[in-house]
Parts: sequence; structure tokens; C-alpha cells
Amino acid sequence: MSRLTRRGLAIATAITLLVTAAGCSAGSDAGPGARVPGVTDSEIVVGTHMPLTGPASAGYSKIAPATKAYFDYVNANGGVHGRKITYKIMDDGYNPANTQQVVRQLVLQDKVFAILNGLGTPTHSGVLDFLKSNRVPDLFVASGSRSWDQPEAYPGTFGFNPDYTVEGKILANHVKTELPGRKVCFLGQDDDFGRDSLAGVEKVLGSGGVAARQTYVTSNTNVAPQIGAFKAAGCQVVILATVPGFTALSIGTAARLGFRPQWVVSNVGSDHPTLAKQLGAAAPLLEGMVGANYLPMQNDTANPWTQLFTKINKEHNGNTPFDGNVVYGMAVGYLFVQVLQAAGKDLTREKVLDAVRRGGYQGPGLAPLRYSTTDHSGYGGQRLTRVTGGVQSYFGPTFETDEADGPVREYPVVPAAPPANGVPTAS
Amino acid sequence: MDRFLFLTLDGLSRGAVYAAFALSLVLIWRAARIVNFAQGAMAVAAVYVAYSVSTSTGSYWLGFLAAIAAGLLLGTVVDLAVMRFVDHRSPLNPVIVALGLVLLIQAVLGMIYGNEFRPAEPPFSRSARTVGGLAVGSPYDLFVVATVAAVVVALAWTFTRTAIGLRMRASAFAPEVSRLLGVKVGGMLTLGWALASGVGALAGMLIIPTELGLHPHAMDLVFVSAFTAAVVGGLDSPPGAVVGGLLVGLLLSYVSGYAGSDLTPLAVLALLLAVLLVRPAGLFAPVTARQV
Amino acid sequence: MSATRAAAPPAGRVAPDTRAGHDERGGSTLLRHLALTTAAAILLVAVSHGLEPFRTFQLATVAAYLCATAGLTVLTGLNGQLSLGHGALMATGAYTVAFCQRAFLDRSIVAGWTLAVSLLVAVLVTVVIGAVIGVAAARLRGPYLAGVTLAVAIVVPALTVTFDGVFNGEQGLSVPVEPPPAALGPYFPYERWQLWVTGAATLLALLLLGNLVRSRFGRTFRAVRDDEVAARLAGIHVARTQVLAFVVSAGAAGLGGALLAVLAQSASPGAFSLTLSLFLVMAVVIGGLGSLAGAVWGAVLLVALPDLTHTLTESLALPPAVAQRMEGNLPLALFGIALVVVMIAAPGGVQGLLSRPGRVLRVRWRTRRS
Repeated sequence: MSRLTRRGLAIATAITLLVTAAGCSAGSDAGPGARVPGVTDSEIVVGTHMPLTGPASAGYSKIAPATKAYFDYVNANGGVHGRKITYKIMDDGYNPANTQQVVRQLVLQDKVFAILNGLGTPTHSGVLDFLKSNRVPDLFVASGSRSWDQPEAYPGTFGFNPDYTVEGKILANHVKTELPGRKVCFLGQDDDFGRDSLAGVEKVLGSGGVAARQTYVTSNTNVAPQIGAFKAAGCQVVILATVPGFTALSIGTAARLGFRPQWVVSNVGSDHPTLAKQLGAAAPLLEGMVGANYLPMQNDTANPWTQLFTKINKEHNGNTPFDGNVVYGMAVGYLFVQVLQAAGKDLTREKVLDAVRRGGYQGPGLAPLRYSTTDHSGYGGQRLTRVTGGVQSYFGPTFETDEADGPVREYPVVPAAPPANGVPTAS
Repeated sequence: MDRFLFLTLDGLSRGAVYAAFALSLVLIWRAARIVNFAQGAMAVAAVYVAYSVSTSTGSYWLGFLAAIAAGLLLGTVVDLAVMRFVDHRSPLNPVIVALGLVLLIQAVLGMIYGNEFRPAEPPFSRSARTVGGLAVGSPYDLFVVATVAAVVVALAWTFTRTAIGLRMRASAFAPEVSRLLGVKVGGMLTLGWALASGVGALAGMLIIPTELGLHPHAMDLVFVSAFTAAVVGGLDSPPGAVVGGLLVGLLLSYVSGYAGSDLTPLAVLALLLAVLLVRPAGLFAPVTARQV
Repeated sequence: MSATRAAAPPAGRVAPDTRAGHDERGGSTLLRHLALTTAAAILLVAVSHGLEPFRTFQLATVAAYLCATAGLTVLTGLNGQLSLGHGALMATGAYTVAFCQRAFLDRSIVAGWTLAVSLLVAVLVTVVIGAVIGVAAARLRGPYLAGVTLAVAIVVPALTVTFDGVFNGEQGLSVPVEPPPAALGPYFPYERWQLWVTGAATLLALLLLGNLVRSRFGRTFRAVRDDEVAARLAGIHVARTQVLAFVVSAGAAGLGGALLAVLAQSASPGAFSLTLSLFLVMAVVIGGLGSLAGAVWGAVLLVALPDLTHTLTESLALPPAVAQRMEGNLPLALFGIALVVVMIAAPGGVQGLLSRPGRVLRVRWRTRRS
């Protein structure tokens, strides 16, 4: 009996606690015509979900702070239409269940104006419906999955990264034109990333063009069997659709098996500082590696964008080691500020979405941003990079293509220079 | 055939490390009847110490020694400052405390070093050598196997031939009697923790250079494999840990080599079930496995 | 299920839980539990009108986790079997509900009852899986059982990746869920509806578990936990009892996983990782092992933790260089310390602290050494 009472008491207490935690803000449902969530005359609140802790956080945990640093810089320069941007960064540890929680917290509790740059395919796919039904703009998702480009089903969702098929086509195009007649093999992550990338590679090389295909899962760090199979098959070119950890692991494993193919690596896994840091003394193995990118190179000190971002990194980001992730985070911030400027002073969610759909944004990126009413994917191309003398730099033209059977074309437009004060203006 | 030999050597080298790590779990289990879930995190902490020492002195071997010392120290501290105060009447309590330590250690490492990969470099080449057309493994593989073998022999000698080893065994198996005979049971327990943690740190030093790199979570998966190895061998049996470690290493290598790497967890489960359904307390359990 | 004939009236000494003998008259126990459940249901409906949507959703998530923690506490606390693989059982329920809901949608069967059927199927499938694992588990003790269930926990992500044609790999499956019935009005908050669905299912599960715990099955569970030899002498079929406990626990975990998938509208391996399995164990132990009230505390903890984490990080104003390192890490460190301190200071968990101090150490969970 007493146990029963206690149990009831405990349950009641638990519920009461939650109710108390909810505070007195209950029942403040904003009706139609009320002010826009997350926007006041002096502030815009946006949120994101990122893996800040856990095994998946390596590298990625630097993106959101960099975006925030860019916003702090903009705020220090007067903000956007007189509003300061507050960026709420939520840690989901790359766990879709946590993403559910934190995104609901951002939308329902913190009442953010938009979700910006939520990271990860499995994590973000789970909140698409929720964001749609709450009409929250879901901007510039940090993943190259094609799921974000569904204007009919998800009118408020837009991607940022070039999708993996586009990337696969551009990498394969390089192999086809510059390395003809070589035996080509492919190692990909066992999910959309690897599959979409392989699809792109095969669109260019033909399904017979890839001699050996292998996959890996992130939970098994022994890739010796896969690399051993490539060696046995006599591969001369290996295309990797891998995250940085597994790029380094593959290259290191190959070296110890005495296998030295030409590596052609996806953008996601080809950031040289990240790889060199992980390989340590074995970093010279990266010599000659071909990668792809679409943002300014972090080591290109002559590039005005790199200069701008380095300065912001010093002033607002605690001078954290400057790498591709920092550039990426700031590029996202820049694009968002451009969109806010274009949406005008009288900010609403619909106006922001309209502004993205109008497209035509010129920022730090080399490739075109493809946003339109019918296209919600992000960057539509990439430029190849090569590591020479321990320095990763661009070579050749920028390429653009689509995820279907379109050709891989050169994209001749020269990237715009940043505005003098580093903050885009309404145009 | 060549591939089979390659997979075998690769599996044995990794298996040796699993064996060493499983051994560290067995040491604590025998001494304190605790499955130390924090062993992986403790080993990673020791490897981070090695990283700091190596980068500031430029010597791998100073770092290596520092890792072992840090491991011994960490084991002592965990026993004296934490485990000593845990109510052992429920075997679950130490498990939960160990999980709490995992969170704490990994978070502190993340604060100090950041949640990024740091390079962990092997002292010898990892390139496979061939003798007469046959792959015989890399110098590093030989180093790993030799080190683990040395540790196993040293532990066996300590526990069977030295007075301190006998006292440790006595206080683990009959604490009351040992106390009456004048053995400082508490001290022996702490010594067991220190030794186990030192062996764990050594295993961490050996395996992290072959993985993605140094990261607060670098040993999570290694822990799962090593725990499996210890359970397969029998948690009370050091030889069992060694055999279990080699078995698991070989199995993982063959399965990912011939069937695909994503099947390895299934293979691990199959191995566990196959062994435990026949021998519910591991391969090397005493014959009277269950009283009931 | 197979143990229906197994139980004999327990002798006094095999049922050390002396208070268990109080309310032998099954009918009145059932009535009291029914009354309690009804009261809880009314409270839940009332609360769901007063809470803001995010808290409502959190409460719904607590309810989903509660199924799993309640199941685990019955298995581990009452029957003495440790499972590190309950996350996998939750995943079984989650994927089953995903398959069912998608099948209904494919056949254009759109009705309110489909969800109930899907949940029921999810429980049944998990019960079958639980029975299989339970048969193996009944042979194993202590850390050996922990080892096998740990392996079960890591098999789930591997399976979803290996058979990605069926499970869609790491991305998982979406779970189509109907909007609230039109009868509730066009502007009925979706979160409130989610709370009602999960709350109803969870209360039903708790009612069944509560009665089971107080029945002779519950007493045989405890008898086996406390002393297998004595239990056998008293005519209890030990292995059957253990399998039954595993099956009951698995069913509850399956329901929990299914509800979680319904809430998230997706089932993916990342949501049911080894970490979740370990956190479930932590939750029931910190809540107070062996009592359903403890399971409630555990479930609340599972949901409140990320929230607290966030609040804590936000409340600290740190320079960016320090903040980057502290973010995420500091709260985990504090939680780790709290876990260690709580286990040392109050091994009976939250529920142990709340109940009479003398009973704090009642929790007994023995592994038999070989």
C-alpha cells in the first residue's frame, strides 16, 4: 500500500516538476497576424543542430562556432537592418533521437526564426516533416544528400553542399580526361553518401568503368580488407567517398600494404589540414592527392575571402586553428546574411524563403548556387585540388553539372570579391 | 592463399592487442569482481599523456613510458578515490560508477584537447614485409605481438612465482583468510587496479596508431571487442583472455576480409552465442561452471 | 508465456520482499491499480492542456522511455538479469511499427485504428525476439549475460546497414503517422495528441506491469533473483521464470521503441545505439532499481538531461576559445561526476532516497559466481 502511494506520489511529482519547469509561459500560442517567431526590432534568433560531442564530432564541431563568429562580426558592424543575429547551437551528438528533441526545443521553446545549417543526413531527415508542418525555414542543410532538393514536398528546405552525385561526376570526369585507361576503383561509405557518389561516378565512367567497389561502415576502423582487395585487383586510381577519418585511414593502410594508387577524394574527406593532422608524420603520403572543393582554400592567403575569414576567426572565434571547417561555417553565415538583406527590413519567414528562391547569390563559393523555385539544392559544382609540396591548391577550371545525365561543363564565372567591410549589403 | 595469410597476420596483430586489453579486464574482475567499463576511457587518457609527452620531447619512447606510468597512477586513483567507496553489494553499482567515469574522463579530455583526432604514430613502420614472396607482417605488427607476449609472460610469472603475486591472488579469492594471515587486502586490491590499468594503457598505446587516431572515444569499439574476448575466454582466466583476444581478432579480420566489414558485429554475436551456449562461463571456465 | 504452470506458492523465505504479501486479494490490487491509472490519465489530460507544446512533447518522450525503463527494471531489478541490449529491443519495436505503418499507407488504409494495430504488432514481434534472447540469457549469469546483450546492442546498426534494402541503412525509415482525429477540432495541437497516444499506451503497459509485479509471477521473479537454489526447491522453474521475465521486459521495451518511433516519425539505428542501452541501465539504477516509480525517475532523467545540458551551456558566458571546448563537454563532465557521487552517496537511487532511509539498501541483485 505504502509503495503504491509512493509510486503515485512520485509520478505526480515528476509531472509537477515538468509543469513547473514549463514556467508560466503556457498558452501563449501566437495567433495569425502576431509577430514573427524569433524576430524583434533588435534581434533575429536562429538555431542549428550539430554534433559537438561524441565520435562524429571530429572537425564538424568547429562549423557552428565559426558561423556564430561571423554573425558576431556582423553584429559588431551594426547587424542586419538594425537587428543582431543570435545563433543557438544545439548538440545532438549525431543521434537522430536527440535531433528530434533539440530541434523541437529550438522551434517550440526558443521560438527560432529559422533552422540554419543543421548537420547530417540521418539526423536532419527526421525533422523535415516537423519543420514543414511548423512552417520553419530550413536553410542550407549541411549535407550533400539529395533529400533537401524536394521543392514540392518540402518547400522550406534548402541544401548547401554540392550533392554527392554532382561531386561524383566531377571527380570521374577528371579521371576520364586526365587519367584515361587506368583501372579505377571506388571506396564509399555505406549510406547515401557512398551510393550517390558512386552513381555519379558511374554516370561518367559507365557501370563497367569501375573495376572494384568496396564499402566501409564507420563502426569498423579496419579497412585493410577493402584496401587489400583493391591492391589485389590492381587498381591504379581509387576514388574515395569517405569522411576525413577514413580518408586518412585508407591512405595510411594502403601505404603499409605497399599500395600507391592515385587518390581522388570527395570534398567531404579531402580537407588537407584535417588529414595531415591525423596522419601526423605520415602526412607526406597525401602528396599528389586530388580532391575537390567549392570554397576558398584556407591556405590561400592572397584570397580576399580567406583574409576576411582569417581576420574574423582571430577577432571573434578565439583564433581557433583555421581550416576548411571554419571557412565552411563562415561561408554559411555570409550566405544567410545575404539572404536576410535581400528579404528586406520587414522580415517574415515567407519573405526569407522568397529571397532564397530568387537566387543569384554571389559569395565566397567558386561554383554557382542554384537556388530557384524549382531547385533547392545548393552549390552546383566544384573545382579540383591537388596536394603539391605539402600544400593543397586548386588547379584547372571550376566544373558544374547536374545530378542527372547532363554533361560536366566548365563554369567560367570568376568569384566576386567580398565587400569592403565584410558584410553584404542589400542589393 | 596470399590473402588468407595476410588476413591471418592482420587478425593476429589486432587480436594480440585485444588480448592485452581483455587481460586488463580480467585482472580487475579477478581482484574486485568488477567489470571495469571505464577501462577504455582510462587507457585513452593515458595515451593522451603519451601524446603530450611525445610532442614536447620528440621521443616516442618517453611518451610510451609516460603512458604506462599514467595508466598505473590512474588505476590507483580510481580505486582509492572512487571504487573504494562504492557499495559493492549490488554488482550494478560499480558498473554505473564506471560508466560515470567514462563520461567524466572523455569530457575532460575533450575540454583539454578538443574533440578532434590527434595523430598517433607507430614507432616502427607499418608496411608489410615479404620474405621469399610471403607476407610476414610489418615491423610494427611484430613489435605489438612481442610486447603483448612479454606482458603475458611477465604477468604469469608475477602471479605464479612471486610472493606479491601470490598475495594478490590470495586476497582476491579468499579476502577474509588472507586478512587473517596478515595480507593487506586493500593494498593488494589497489595494486591489482594499478596493474590492470597499466596493461590497459599499454594496449591503448599499441592499438590507437592502427586506428583513426587519438580521440576521446578512440577505445569505445576496442572495449566492446576486448570485453567480448574476455567473456569468450572466461572472465576468471588470464589464458582465456589471451585466447579469446586472438580468436576475436582473427574472426573480425576474416569476416571483414571475406564477407564485408558491416557483418563483423553479427559475427561477434554469433561467436559469443556459440561459445557461451556450450560453456556458459567462457572457454576456460572451471568445470563446475554452475552450482545449480 | 511458458511459465504459466511454473509457479508454486512461494515459501516465506524465498520471498524476502515481505511487503509483497500484503495485498494477496488480486481483485483489490487490480482495482487500486485501475484507480491509480485512471487518476494518472486524468492528470495527464489536464496537464496536456496546461503545458506549452515543447514540454508536452518532452512529456510524451518521457512516456515512451518509461515503457523501456519499466521493462528493464522488471528484468534487472526484480529478476536479477542485466541487459545492456534493451536499445536493440526498442529498435525492434521501432522498425516493426515503421514497417506496419508504411504497409498500411501503401495499401491506402488510413484510419485511426492502424496505429493501435501497428503498436500491438510491434510488441508481439519484440516479444518473440525477446523470447529468443531470453532462452539464451537464461543459461548465462552476470557479466556473461552482459557480454551477450552488449553484442546484441551493437548488432542493430550492423543489421540495418547490411540489409539496407530493407532498413535503409543509417538513414532509417520514416514512420507515417495520421494527424489527430478531425473530431478533436481543426486546431488541436499535434504535441497534445502525441502525448495522449503515448500516455495511453504507457499507462496501459504500466498497469499490466504493475499487476504482474504484484502477482505470483512477480514473486517468483524475486525468488529467482534472491536465491536460485531455494526457488527451485520451492518448485519454481528457474529457467522458465527467467525467460518469462525477459519476454515481459522485451515487450515493454518494444512498445517504448515503437512509441519513440511514432514520436520521431522515423526509425533509425542512430536513435538506438549502444549509448542508449547504457543510458537505460544508468537511468533505472539512478532512478532506483526494481521499482516502477524508479523507472519513472529514470525516464524523466533521460529526457531532462539534454535539456539541462543545453541550459547549463547557455548560462555560462565564456570567451569563444574556452566556450568551444566547454560546449557539450562541461555538462557531460558534470553528469559523470553526479553519477559517481549519487552512486556512492545513495546507491538506492532517487527512489531509494525518497523512500524510508532504512530501506535504501534493500535493492539486492546478485550474480552467482561460478
